[in-house]
Amino acid sequence: MNIPSEMSQAFVICVSAIFTQNILLTYFLGLCPFLGVSREVKTAYGLGLAVIFVMTTTSVLNWLAYRYVLAPLELHFFRFILFIIIIAAFVQFTEMVIERYSPLLYQKLGVFLPLITVNCAILGASLFMVIREYSLIETVGYGLGSGIGWFLAIMAMAGIRQKLAHERIPRGLQGPGIALIIAGLMALAFMGFTGVLQGQ
Amino acid sequence: MQAESKNIIMQGLWHSNPVFRQVLGICSTLAVTNLVLNTTVMCLALLFTLSLSALTVSILRRLTPRNIRMMVETLIIAFYVIIVDVVLKAYWPDMSRSLGPYVGLIITNCIVMGRCEAYANANPPGRAFLDGLFNALGYSFVLLIIATFREVMGMGTFMGMALPYFSGPHWDKWIIMVMPPGAFFMLAIVTWVFRSIGLPKE
Repeated sequence: MNIPSEMSQAFVICVSAIFTQNILLTYFLGLCPFLGVSREVKTAYGLGLAVIFVMTTTSVLNWLAYRYVLAPLELHFFRFILFIIIIAAFVQFTEMVIERYSPLLYQKLGVFLPLITVNCAILGASLFMVIREYSLIETVGYGLGSGIGWFLAIMAMAGIRQKLAHERIPRGLQGPGIALIIAGLMALAFMGFTGVLQGQ
Repeated sequence: MQAESKNIIMQGLWHSNPVFRQVLGICSTLAVTNLVLNTTVMCLALLFTLSLSALTVSILRRLTPRNIRMMVETLIIAFYVIIVDVVLKAYWPDMSRSLGPYVGLIITNCIVMGRCEAYANANPPGRAFLDGLFNALGYSFVLLIIATFREVMGMGTFMGMALPYFSGPHWDKWIIMVMPPGAFFMLAIVTWVFRSIGLPKE
């Protein structure tokens, strides 16, 4: 197999997952925490970092599990359960390791880890990776890119919402309503990246 | 019992509607609202999963140890989602392909887990089923409104059939409505309208 060309392919997939195919703004995955935990930049930052880490590692773990366990046994329909279990187990494991070895990091990220198990973006990334038949290196690029894309989107959203906190917003639009309009405008802005990457 | 059921129905459909009040679980369905037909199938899948998993969680509520409750609930939900996925793949492969990963994503749909956690594991089966069913209906009717606007304005069709005025030359199709930003804007508008109806006068 040609490693350099695959690396460059993975890079293209990574960049397109961040900008043109942003998992949140074009596929609507991970909307619940995006609307719920974006009131402050600090918490959004913690959650975003945790998502990048978990998404990259679980998509690789799920790729291995799918390729070497499910595909040979032809148990394709079983992937939902297996992926969910792997994600939940990995998150639990990470939480224990961080708590044991780095109390400081645990204070920053610990509270966000349980939230991540039910973040649909994590499972979504793994399912997309199966449907698009990525290779292992491409999966690394895709997981990382999707994570970074989600991080960017929630950081931008939190920044804007902090500024909006003191604005006068119609009562019916307060909270989720205005957040959705901001998300729509952000999705428009991200659409501007379409065409930056050739061969999409 | 009569009053109780009526209360559950009103809560699910309006007072704590999953979409415009709780804003939960829109992730897996918003993506397919550019076509009314796809939305209908997704909503039926959600209705099936939500009402039956609420029922199952409620039946098993005394047998489930507290600390692995979430895991058991996830497995129950995954079980029903797999049924939907396999049936769709076998009998309607085109639809299964066009919905892509979104059927599978019902597992992590926050509203399903939310109802199981908040209601089904503390209430008897009959009421849990009713609660799940009407939350799913409350969810579906809002998303169908969104899908109708998006498909009609964006493509000039309804369920794939061309509409007289909207597909004609006098209607300039709003392409943005079928693109992702259109979904966000439509959902924001629907949330705004429905929330304003319930507001007390100043």
